Amino acid sequence: MADLFDDYPAGIAWDEMLEPGAGPRTAYRQVHAALAQLSAGELRARADALARSYLTQGVTFDFAGEERPFPLDVVPRVVASDEWEHVAPGVAQRVRALEAFLADVYGPQNAVADGVLPRSVIVSSTHYHRAVRGLTPPNGVRVHVSGIDLVRDSLDGWRVLEDNVRVPSGVSYVLSNRRAMAQTFPELFAALRIRPVVDYPRRLLAALMAAAPAGVDDPTVVVLTPGVFNSAYFEHSLLARTMGVELVEGRDLFCAQGRVWMRTTQGRRRVDVIYRRVDDEFLDPVTFRADSLLGSPGLITCARNGTVTLANAVGNGVADDKLVYTYVPDLIRYYLGEEPVLANVDTWRLEEPDALEEVLDRLDELVVKPVDGSGGKGLVVGPAASRAELATLRTRLVDDPRGWIAQPVVQLSTVPTLVEDGLRPRHTDLRPFAVNDGTDVWVLPGGLTRVALPEGRLVVNSSQGGGSKDTWVLGGTPPRRSGATMPQVHPVPVGNAVPIDASPQDIRAHVMQQQQTLERASDEGERTC
Amino acid sequence: MLSRIAESLFWIGRYVERADDTARLLDVHLQILLEDPWAEEDLACRSLLSVMDRPNPPQDVTVGRTTVLDALAYDRFSPSSIAGALVAARENARRAREVISTELWESLNATWNQLPSHMRPARPHDYFTWVRERAAVVGGIIDATISRDETWAFMVLGRSIERADMTARLLTTRALAGAGGPGWTTLLRSCGAHEAFLRTYKGTASDERAAGFLLLDRLFPRSIVFALNQADACLSALEPVADRAIVDEARRHIGLVRTNLEYRPLIDVLDALPTEMEQVQRACAAASDAVRGRYFPSPTTMTWTGEAL
Repeated sequence: MADLFDDYPAGIAWDEMLEPGAGPRTAYRQVHAALAQLSAGELRARADALARSYLTQGVTFDFAGEERPFPLDVVPRVVASDEWEHVAPGVAQRVRALEAFLADVYGPQNAVADGVLPRSVIVSSTHYHRAVRGLTPPNGVRVHVSGIDLVRDSLDGWRVLEDNVRVPSGVSYVLSNRRAMAQTFPELFAALRIRPVVDYPRRLLAALMAAAPAGVDDPTVVVLTPGVFNSAYFEHSLLARTMGVELVEGRDLFCAQGRVWMRTTQGRRRVDVIYRRVDDEFLDPVTFRADSLLGSPGLITCARNGTVTLANAVGNGVADDKLVYTYVPDLIRYYLGEEPVLANVDTWRLEEPDALEEVLDRLDELVVKPVDGSGGKGLVVGPAASRAELATLRTRLVDDPRGWIAQPVVQLSTVPTLVEDGLRPRHTDLRPFAVNDGTDVWVLPGGLTRVALPEGRLVVNSSQGGGSKDTWVLGGTPPRRSGATMPQVHPVPVGNAVPIDASPQDIRAHVMQQQQTLERASDEGERTC
Repeated sequence: MLSRIAESLFWIGRYVERADDTARLLDVHLQILLEDPWAEEDLACRSLLSVMDRPNPPQDVTVGRTTVLDALAYDRFSPSSIAGALVAARENARRAREVISTELWESLNATWNQLPSHMRPARPHDYFTWVRERAAVVGGIIDATISRDETWAFMVLGRSIERADMTARLLTTRALAGAGGPGWTTLLRSCGAHEAFLRTYKGTASDERAAGFLLLDRLFPRSIVFALNQADACLSALEPVADRAIVDEARRHIGLVRTNLEYRPLIDVLDALPTEMEQVQRACAAASDAVRGRYFPSPTTMTWTGEAL
């Protein structure tokens, strides 16, 4: 039997599982051993089982109008316990700083006054909305849910690639990946201590309820979706289902008497917290795009009146603007008085003339991204771009330097991934999710590992044909538990049919008969009176 | 209807429900062992075995999932394991072949025929899924093709008594294993009740509410009170003209334990959950015995004495 790892090419980038010439790294040892035991056929069979499980569950992603199963790779991504003890506080720190920044941006703007960043960076951001200036959310939280994208490029190199504090998606795949993997690889779960992820919906609901307007005792929380045609609709329905709340569309809501209501069979019902998965611009045709029917007219006014909480808050986009991203380490120092735990990827601000000049010179070796894009839209990878593409890009950069940033090509780490030819290295990133309930920023252990399925490809977004892996954070401190002794129990017998019918003996005889395909001995004699 | 036939129908209901409930229970039991890195496997497995009235191996032996699966999922010779219950259900159907619908017989027979190919220890989850689906098919056929006469009443009576008994056992596993045992979410999931519960209580899960849901919810079909009510309705359909003073014995057992749950503060019930659940199991056993005594009297053992009279 050929070893699945036999001709695994090493050294394209830093591989998370295999150290060239030295075998598997510590955290991956058991996973590697378990996989190496499987034949190629068995591994394919497991992969098929995973895919079937996803088809049955309807775990799909809308790709160019077509509902496709979201590809889940059979090889998990493993994060060692001590590594996570570094990443999780780093993510939480970043979220706290971004919260402070947003409160400042839509409030006093002290950071501008103190010269941490220029006012122009804020007011020129596409997602800075004057409409919500001075609007203070009930418990002060604006970033209820965040997804901080991380990459690693070497042994010590976790870095933040971007922040997502508007409507970060993907957490549903974390939850369904785990369920499907546990069913497909029970032996690995038995051998490793993998931190559970099931707590997410409960944490999210608790954070949403904590954000309810003051004076509401038993808040009604809803999830607002653009509808079944949205690419993340699966996620919206999963979150509503696992939280036990309504999944509403814009047409289910209306604003009246300064409040938001939903139409129900029992008449109108008040809505207190909206976990909205609709972008800012489509939320309220009164304030934003007049042509949008995805939200409800008057939502922003209700939020401003404090009768409804929108989560995440409107206007958060200014904090994940990629130009603001370059200032986040400074913002952490300014607001929290701490050194950043996780470093940024080096980034050129094209507004600075020297930087622009240098970037224009080296365009063919850099990655250039639009500052307000998400999902990898508009991104240009220099080494992979044609001469014509670079020329067009050059003009656009010169015309609108505020609209772009440039970064060196980060060689994202690779993890073995099952493709046509067997296990091959594929680039991955990691999106840990954090939930802020106003008193604590909780980071889900693990997060969504996205993987670029085409060879050598560095863009991992699902909208660009990427897949995912289950992310296993190992170990950790067990929760305190008491009473590990068994109280006395008086077992009550499990009832069975009386012996005349279907007694165990009868059944045994019957099964034997089935196995031997013999005629059952006639029981007429026993019945004769 | 012949007593012998009625008894078979009653046990078809019980055995199919038992296979279904045991599959749910084991599936969630395994899931928690897999997904909770701190689960104490030996303790959880032992409490499950004792709640299902199975002998517990000696203390110096570590009990793992394999032992539990062998005893409760794959043992074809014990009617209290899934495979055994399906074999027994089919056997009872064979003996009542002439009264049950062809569809019901065929689904039970097909289940029995397919059983060996689905018992694959490498993928227990697939087995449980299959068992639940087969039970749902049988339940659907019973509801869709059988007149609401005695035939239906005996089958549903068996199903309801078994369901109340199994839900009580499930709740006991929670109480027994203490904080190290399955959480309420897990228990709700094993009854297929998690989503119904979330929608009822909007996710504000507390132990008390979850327990209350599985014990007392009047609308959720797998709660103990719902199942007991259904059993009571079947008994009443079987014997509609009640004597002015005397209540049928089976109904008395069921009604007593049901009101005991319904009309006491939930907190009192929760404080003594293992004992209370034992009461439910005993009431189910007593009701089952009463039904047997009332409707299925066993013939006195008769022997052929030949010519020598």
